[in-house]
Amino acid sequence: MRSDRSTIRDQAAIAGIGQTRFAKSLGMSEYEMAVEAIFAACDDAGISPREIDGLVRYDMEQTDEEQLLSVLGNPLLRFFAGTAWGGGGSASVLVVAASAIASGMAETVLVFRSRARGKQSSYGKDPTQGGRYWEKLSTSLPGLNQWHVPQGLVSAFQEMAMISMRHRIDHGTTDDHYADVAIAFREHAMRNPNAVMRAPMTRADHHASRMIADPLRLYDCNIETDGAVAFLVTSVERARDLRQPPAVILAGAMAAGSHHIRLSTMFERPWEEESPVRVAKQLYEMAGVKPREIGAAFFYDFFTSLVIIGLEQYGFAPRGEGGPFAANGGLSWQGGRLPCNTSGGQLSEAFIHGFNNTSEAVRQIRGTSTAQVEGCDLVLVAGGNTDPTGAVILRRL
Amino acid sequence: MASSSHREAHLQRSLPLPQPSRDNAEFYAAAARGELRFQRCTSCGRFRHYPRPACPSCSSRDFTWELSTGRGTVYTWTIVRGPTLPAFQDRLPYNVVDVLMDEGVHFVSEVLDCEPEEIRAGMPVQATFVAVSDDVTLVKFRRRA
Repeated sequence: MRSDRSTIRDQAAIAGIGQTRFAKSLGMSEYEMAVEAIFAACDDAGISPREIDGLVRYDMEQTDEEQLLSVLGNPLLRFFAGTAWGGGGSASVLVVAASAIASGMAETVLVFRSRARGKQSSYGKDPTQGGRYWEKLSTSLPGLNQWHVPQGLVSAFQEMAMISMRHRIDHGTTDDHYADVAIAFREHAMRNPNAVMRAPMTRADHHASRMIADPLRLYDCNIETDGAVAFLVTSVERARDLRQPPAVILAGAMAAGSHHIRLSTMFERPWEEESPVRVAKQLYEMAGVKPREIGAAFFYDFFTSLVIIGLEQYGFAPRGEGGPFAANGGLSWQGGRLPCNTSGGQLSEAFIHGFNNTSEAVRQIRGTSTAQVEGCDLVLVAGGNTDPTGAVILRRL
Repeated sequence: MASSSHREAHLQRSLPLPQPSRDNAEFYAAAARGELRFQRCTSCGRFRHYPRPACPSCSSRDFTWELSTGRGTVYTWTIVRGPTLPAFQDRLPYNVVDVLMDEGVHFVSEVLDCEPEEIRAGMPVQATFVAVSDDVTLVKFRRRA
């Protein structure tokens, strides 16, 4: 980090969080869910929608600036940006928002994700109209997915299965380690009235769930739900005087380069060059903190195995030892070595493409989680760890 | 909310196929002739796949399309047990492998005539060719001794 330039360190804060209900199907459009979550975030912060002057979203988000402006009262939108590649950007959107605020390009930035991703939530033929996007892939593939989809590797869970399998080959990670992650997050969801999956899960339940793509079982996979989540990010000075205790973005970082397996490039590089490892290095440098100082962490838990790999990439466990780190309640909100995904995450709360992890991270900072970690002053939020990715560290003011 | 049968009616049942481009046309043309070819950097000698206009090691834009030995070993794998695309439904369960080729590149494919429980990391495999349309031949693999 160059010291002769300003960074986003301590410049911005999450001042409002909002969401819809989460359910396997809500019967709402993504547009409608987005509006509901955005208004809820504005209410939470005590900010009028007309004050929004920046917007950051996934580039795959279907509710665009034009649609939103008309229902937000036509505010002066002077900064807007998107992050690429889906869930890898779930924390990068906050890095971009903080960059806009730190550079003076905007003062009140809306960040949101709305997704009708329940498997029965498909509306029409178009892959943008909800449901399982991959079930509606074109039969002619001009993009890089032409190198794996025709071979039968059609969706993220199958790609991640191959990455997870290699981690087992190299490091001996086991089904029991996966179960440790799934059970910890389910126990968190059982405390969270908004979570979709709240039935108790035993180790035997996990192991008996059907294999989806070896080595991933049903209970290793994120659930398929509808819902939207929105945040309002503003300057720390302004956040100080608003309705809620601010969750200050202490540091943030992004990195691109270690893509999905489709590119076959991921396995060609040493692990030190994986994007999350590069993100972690920048992040801890900017924050001036060490992993052991983090009170709770939120990994993009689209699969149990990727949480284990994330523990290693973000420096909580040595390479190959993420599994043992998660064992014996290692990720539990109560007494865990590193409490993780305390609302139940994408595995048990809802799959809002990582954004619901960020809401819960903010609640940990505010002290309002249903699985509140004691003395939780610093929280890590990481995006999906194979895409181009990013992460932030939030702190109390 | 669409009913399940309504949803099924919209699902694509034909095999999704690569749409060749100027960047990779030579790869597909070679495969159609029964040849597996990878780009090789003229400057530093490194092989690369997927096709791209410059070397990931030295950035040289000079390259040749070299004939691969077709040999490699299984680096990682999965058995797809479903859900999957309707086009692959009849094949369940099927394997997908990442093959580490002799040339050092990785290639995502399938090992033909291999039961799910027989797939192993390190398994030696040899490329073979399966024409799936008038224009497209996919590179698959078979076990070798």
